[in-house]
Amino acid sequence: MTSQVDLREAADETVIAISGELDAAASAGLRDRLIPLIPGSSMIRLDLAGLTYISSAGLRTLLLVYRHAQAEGSAIRLVGIRDEVRFVMSATGFLALFGIEEIR
Amino acid sequence: MTAHDLGERIDGTPTHLVAGYDARIGKPFPFGATIVSGGVNFSVYSAQATAMTLVLFDHGAQRPKAEIRFPDEFRIGSVFCMTVFDLNYENLDYGFRAEGPFDPGRGLRFDASRVLTDPYARLVSGRDVWGAEPDWSDIYPYRSRVLSDDFDWEEDRPLRVPAEDLIIYETHVRGFTRHESSGVSAPGTFVGLREKIPYLRELGVNCVELLPIFEFDEFANVNSNPETGERLLNFWGYNTVAFFAPKAGYAATGPLGMQADEFKTLVKELHKANIEVILDVVFNHTAEGDERGPTISFRGLDNQTYYMLTPEGYYYNFSGTGNTVNCNHPVVRDFVLDCLRYWAAEYHIDGFRFDLAAILDRAQDGTPLPNPPVLEQLAFDPVLRDCKLIAEAWDAGGLYEVGHFPNYGRWAEWNGKYRDVVRQYIKGEPGTIGEVATRIAGSPDLYWGRGSRASVNFITAHDGFTLHDLTAYNDKHNDANGERNGDGGNDNYSWNAGAEGDTSDPGVLRLRMSQMKNALTILLTSQGVPMLLAGDEFGRTQQGNNNAYCQDNELSWLDWTLAEKNAELLRFTRALIAFRHAHPGLRSGEHARGTDYVGSGFPDLSWHGTEPWQPDWGPFSRVLAVMWCGRHAKGGTVHDKHVYMIMNPHWEEHEARLPDLPAGSEWRLFADTAAAAPGDICEPGAERPLIHPWSYLVRPRSSVILVEGDVDPR
Repeated sequence: MTSQVDLREAADETVIAISGELDAAASAGLRDRLIPLIPGSSMIRLDLAGLTYISSAGLRTLLLVYRHAQAEGSAIRLVGIRDEVRFVMSATGFLALFGIEEIR
Repeated sequence: MTAHDLGERIDGTPTHLVAGYDARIGKPFPFGATIVSGGVNFSVYSAQATAMTLVLFDHGAQRPKAEIRFPDEFRIGSVFCMTVFDLNYENLDYGFRAEGPFDPGRGLRFDASRVLTDPYARLVSGRDVWGAEPDWSDIYPYRSRVLSDDFDWEEDRPLRVPAEDLIIYETHVRGFTRHESSGVSAPGTFVGLREKIPYLRELGVNCVELLPIFEFDEFANVNSNPETGERLLNFWGYNTVAFFAPKAGYAATGPLGMQADEFKTLVKELHKANIEVILDVVFNHTAEGDERGPTISFRGLDNQTYYMLTPEGYYYNFSGTGNTVNCNHPVVRDFVLDCLRYWAAEYHIDGFRFDLAAILDRAQDGTPLPNPPVLEQLAFDPVLRDCKLIAEAWDAGGLYEVGHFPNYGRWAEWNGKYRDVVRQYIKGEPGTIGEVATRIAGSPDLYWGRGSRASVNFITAHDGFTLHDLTAYNDKHNDANGERNGDGGNDNYSWNAGAEGDTSDPGVLRLRMSQMKNALTILLTSQGVPMLLAGDEFGRTQQGNNNAYCQDNELSWLDWTLAEKNAELLRFTRALIAFRHAHPGLRSGEHARGTDYVGSGFPDLSWHGTEPWQPDWGPFSRVLAVMWCGRHAKGGTVHDKHVYMIMNPHWEEHEARLPDLPAGSEWRLFADTAAAAPGDICEPGAERPLIHPWSYLVRPRSSVILVEGDVDPR
């Protein structure tokens, strides 16, 4: 299983898109890859529209990254979560631990 | 990263290469599989095994990918422990192969051809989706897996609701929301139950007691429905496979192996709603059955330790299910303790109800012990100090210990005597009035010195008739269980109110409704800890089946349309629950003394008949009234109003004169089960003045609750 990370930066925000399948194997390096991409004090959107599967380890990695960003003073949001991923996140209680931005 | 990266350890590197895997001697504690720096620590006990092999599979794979024999130097005492490095633990199933003698006469049943489930497995795969046909050829049906046990509980803390303030709601995770009428997103799961929390809050219960949620195999049942031929499952799950693992089939995320997170989330959300969680735990037997049963785990690892065996090496059967767990063996004691500590600490569980708990006080040869070590240990365990411990104080081997279960001032009991006599009283049996009074008072005859909080009062539970069926069937109707109606108890003390089962007779239906209300009225105004069976609040039926352990269908599932159909009963139950919460005088925890020790002019508890202060305890007397003096609430530490409850299970009406209240106070009507809704009950605090303030006409087979109110100065 694989996951992919894409970075888009604009003047006032950073968008980090994670796509593919995020399991323990893919999670291993993900945190180390993501953390340097997180700038301090700006708006960060984690775009999960391309994320089709997330495992238990993947959820934990995502939360660690999210909290790292918060600790750095960034405003961070998850966007574009697919329904099936959202259900898993909700069932396991992770959804409530993130700030989610709904796409209108 | 800080200077001390605790992730890096000087023992975090391999010393051995075993079967192609980097390994190192592990740590014996904790038992089971634990994620450690760089790898996974595996630890398993066996006193008699001559050798042990760790068997690894890619998750779900038919064949093992590795068989890693524990090197001799990796054994500490009788514990085999090894850290294996660089495992993708998320994609891993593991088990053990234990070598040793097969000598049943000596109690040894090793079988190295089996891959055994880890007794400490915290995650188990194999029955991931409830009822999904398993692969019967799988050489390893219940697969131990490695769990990431980190979880963000946020500010969740044990609720520590005093036992006497609990209103327990007994339910089944799957049965609660599996019915299509539940309207939840994932019927029959922890998620489904979570979505019903608003309902539970509205009902007013503050504790849910869940039928077994430890991993079990619903396919472990041999019977089929004789009429339909349909295979019957083990629905209840009193048949544990793995004591540390939540049942995957109860989790919407079970197929993803996320049942632990899903269940923890349910507990966390229930706590947010001020609802405690008690687990029904089954330590009396395991799913391995007797010598003809499957070898899953314990039998193959250390049969002599885990089971009570006859001198000839056969299984004692005090559980009625084939085997009996050897709970007072020192190693098994630790196992039980480890297990409960784990659920208390890692899942924030608030209490445990022990199925057939009398078995826990049997010695290794089955003899009842006066001072059973396992019960004493649980009673004084530091981690479990705030957990409720509730015994089903009997077993299938003839031990009946209601009232004298070894308790160490700590254990409560399912009060089976409460159930039996209240049922008889409600249906009008003569000669029950004296005992029913004792039960309503919190059974001081059974629990003196322990307080009424030791008495879990119930009229119905999963085992037996539902409340509706108690009022609709004289006899059990268990044919669908495939045992020719031979299963299930015969002492039901039920009464069908004039017609057996379904009827359209309005008189019968009305009588059943008020009988259900009578039962709930007594239950929720008795001293002790009331327990309701889920669905009874809206008249759930099992069509007369009093042992629906194998009925995974409409017979067992809560039909939520009944909440509308029987809205009258639901409203009545809600109001009664609110009444109990509003009146601490009903929840004293300690037994009443029968004297006035606060100078209120009334004893804490007094009994009355059709004449105040004159209870009639005669054999054919049926009308009984009880007065709880509000000034004695919680031992006189709290101010409550006086409560007067009159019961008339007689088929004739009786005029009951009421005791005088001090000047300025009068009796007001809270509930009358004979009155037509909505006049049958009101919100606590909205009680109405009586037409005749000094007496009340108690109609046939009805109950009345009055409460002290201020005289209207106009």
